Amino acid sequence: MSAIPAGVERAGAAETPFRRFVSDFCESRVAVAALAMLALIIAVALLAPWIAPQDPYDLRQLDLLDSKMPPGSVGGGGMLHLLGTDAQGRDMLSAIMYGLRTSLAVGVGASFGAMFIGLAAGLIAAYFGGLIETVIMRTVDMQLSFPSILVALILVAGLGQGVDKIIIALMAVQWAYYARTVRGTALVERRKEYIEAARCLALGHRRVVFRHLLPNCLPPLIVVNTVLVASAISLEATLSFLGLGLPITKPSLGLLIANGFQFLLSGKYWISFFPGVALLIIIMCINLVGDQLRDVLNPRLQR
Amino acid sequence: MSDAPTLAVESLRTHFFTKSGVVKAVDDVGFTVGAGKVLGIVGESGSGKTVTAFSIIGLVDPPGRIVGGRVLFKGEELVGAPEERLRHLRGSRIAMIFQDPMMTLNPVLRIDTQMIEAVRAHDSAVGKDEARGRARDALGRVGIPSPDERLRGYPHQFSGGMRQRVAIAIALLNKPDLVIADEPTTALDVTIQGQILYEAQKLCRETGAAMIWITHDLSVIAGLADEVCVMYAGRVVESGAVDQVLDAPLHPYTRGLIGSVPSRNARGRPLMQIPGMTPSLIDLPPGCAFRTRCARADAACAETPPMTEPLPGRKMRCFHPHLGASA
Amino acid sequence: MLVYLIRRLMQSVVVLCVMSLLVFLGVFAIGDPVQILINPLADQAEIDRATAALGLDQPLWRQYWLFLVNAARGDLGRSFVYNVPAIGLILERMPATLELAVTATFFGVILGVPLGMLAGLKPASPVGKSIMAASILGFSLPTFWVGLMLIMVFAVELGWLPSTGRGAATCSLLGLKFSLCTVDGLRHILLPALNLALFKLSLVIRLSRAGTREVVLQDYVKFARAKGLPQSRVVWLHVFKNITIPIVTVLGLELGSTIAFAVVTEWIFAWPGMGKLIIESINVLDRPVIVAYLLVIVFMFIVINLAVDVAYSVLDPRVRLSEQRA
Repeated sequence: MSAIPAGVERAGAAETPFRRFVSDFCESRVAVAALAMLALIIAVALLAPWIAPQDPYDLRQLDLLDSKMPPGSVGGGGMLHLLGTDAQGRDMLSAIMYGLRTSLAVGVGASFGAMFIGLAAGLIAAYFGGLIETVIMRTVDMQLSFPSILVALILVAGLGQGVDKIIIALMAVQWAYYARTVRGTALVERRKEYIEAARCLALGHRRVVFRHLLPNCLPPLIVVNTVLVASAISLEATLSFLGLGLPITKPSLGLLIANGFQFLLSGKYWISFFPGVALLIIIMCINLVGDQLRDVLNPRLQR
Repeated sequence: MSDAPTLAVESLRTHFFTKSGVVKAVDDVGFTVGAGKVLGIVGESGSGKTVTAFSIIGLVDPPGRIVGGRVLFKGEELVGAPEERLRHLRGSRIAMIFQDPMMTLNPVLRIDTQMIEAVRAHDSAVGKDEARGRARDALGRVGIPSPDERLRGYPHQFSGGMRQRVAIAIALLNKPDLVIADEPTTALDVTIQGQILYEAQKLCRETGAAMIWITHDLSVIAGLADEVCVMYAGRVVESGAVDQVLDAPLHPYTRGLIGSVPSRNARGRPLMQIPGMTPSLIDLPPGCAFRTRCARADAACAETPPMTEPLPGRKMRCFHPHLGASA
Repeated sequence: MLVYLIRRLMQSVVVLCVMSLLVFLGVFAIGDPVQILINPLADQAEIDRATAALGLDQPLWRQYWLFLVNAARGDLGRSFVYNVPAIGLILERMPATLELAVTATFFGVILGVPLGMLAGLKPASPVGKSIMAASILGFSLPTFWVGLMLIMVFAVELGWLPSTGRGAATCSLLGLKFSLCTVDGLRHILLPALNLALFKLSLVIRLSRAGTREVVLQDYVKFARAKGLPQSRVVWLHVFKNITIPIVTVLGLELGSTIAFAVVTEWIFAWPGMGKLIIESINVLDRPVIVAYLLVIVFMFIVINLAVDVAYSVLDPRVRLSEQRA
């Protein structure tokens, strides 16, 4: 009588949803490695002022005689430039560390800002329906029918340069993705009977939205968020590369790459190459983590 | 060779090697079907009926794998047979009808495409027109009006019952020797069920094909099958001639199953029911799988009961059968 | 079908009007072109004269009205910089962009669908896993950086392919120039098209893989196998036809985004298309060109969306245009 259910219990008892989630996530070693790498990158970005060999924006530390040195050279001050120097004699490694700070701050800031706007808009649309929903979703549809780069290009051209301006532009580009995701999930959830029951119990709007709708929207939102953070970072780099993004005083990875463009044809690859590798690694790690999250959180693929 | 039954399955084992453990979906299953006979396989969901069917035609998908036993089709071993040989048998000698007619036809291909390809896959000498003619005749046989017009239609233009007729027509296109029907009427309305049952039975009679009819509905088996296998948790727990098994079930599970069917004669009396649920098949421990729900279980049931034949033609796996008592 | 098309066209006109207003307002917010165009030492009278000449002294609503009236006649204003009709400037460069975008999409499909299906059929095999890894890499690679690296490897280091322009020996057809029909032109388009195709390729691989994985689990695929069909027919007819629907839809919709993202590729490879023009125009605040570019893009999107809907209904018999929602 006891032997058979024991097997079932063993599987069921210790598994809280969160532990199950963690163990599912850890199934992919690649994803775990990507997560670790991401943590390392974030740490480097945060600690850049303390661990970078040089403050790349302190002009007194720069020496034009050191300019465009290939990786591994030793500069005039006896400093080793592991990744070479750029046209101003800036140590590329230090420039990349500082560039990471800017890129990450802009990407994460913009994406999270967009998430809150999109979340609010999506929930409102799904919960209240009617005219509000039509207006919100039509706006979303129209915006999403245009590629992000185009919308961003126009907004940045209109707003001008600056960290705050580009964050606003990226938020304006991305909120629609969040709104659509949230509304989609919330709508499915809203049609379920328990929401009807909650409303019949005359629970307040706020309670229904925050206690019932919101938690159900979170899994897809997390997945979308990882993808969009990566895309925000990439978009910012692209805009900066085109000369429409961040000002020269706050160089992100994109601008560093742009600075190296003109020297590329003369074979001085490192000025563009290494910032690009850094950018690639961040985006790839985020995408890998996002992929695994999607697999783990997707009920359709539940094994 | 001629005296070999159409299909003989011997101690077939199909296991699924999943991340959470080994699922013994089919564990030591055996039965035979002769030409022109109908074998019913009854059991609850997850008892291994469908996997048994797919094992026979060699379409078990990973992580599943046939790990033991024999499938003899007219004496020819199919387990481990080359894929090309299996492909040749599938659809021409052994046909299968699936459970959900809404899902079995490819939604983006016209009916004629799906029927003609079934003919030409096995006989490329048949021209397109001839194949179309055969398809039209087959549709006519299963009672689809104006088959010429219907051939040009897409599946979504057909009702569920009609689609199942089309599926049956496809299965019978190449006059197979064995038809495996996997709960083909479960998803349909009761009246349509009756029609489909009638059609399938009639067509098998006419062509002399053997048939395996998988269902969870005992009443279907009672009216259709010659023999019946009752499956539970991947094993055959009882088998024999339909009338004998239904009149005097030996295994407590069969008895419970029969008792669970509401009947007019038993109105007013409480329905008998089997307590509990089917056990999880993941890493199922040895012993009789039914013992946790069985009133007669005792310490002996911790061992797997062997298949015995307490009465002529009646096989079952139980240490405590209902011998001598009628249901 | 006809009713549906008419309804769609009317919707499109509305979208076009709304977008024109948004674009006009948006672009109006961009700096003051007079400041850039005119000699910084010019006196106030000269500035006023320039402003009036460009029509910038009128109230905003009037400028928009004039713009609409002119737009209806096919006149989207004259470029401040080139002093030629903006629309002409755009249309002149459009074939180059279209050629690039279509070639890139072609690369993406030709390579992406087979790879994606292979990965979907054998998701656990080393081949399947490597294809997926490559597609993740492709998604993560910043397009502009890949462009630079392509130039570095193939143009600078190996010297195999040219890195800028469309090539001299382009042939012309119906008055339009194409690079695809000469060897030199092909050499010129290869790098930019590959660069632009990279993202598309990853996308197509993913779509095909996801589609294949989902479709092979369907009963109708198992039924097709149970009919005894050869594996090749199951894959290339039953599976393929079902996965093409989402791929065509997405690719069609993506054609617009490919054209938009061509901005970056054109900039890097000095490809003389609309994208390069728009970046230059944004930098010098050439408003009529920016507005004309955006409206042309909007128009193209509307046409593409309509074409995708029609293609969709041809591919998927379940969707008939007449049954579709408004």
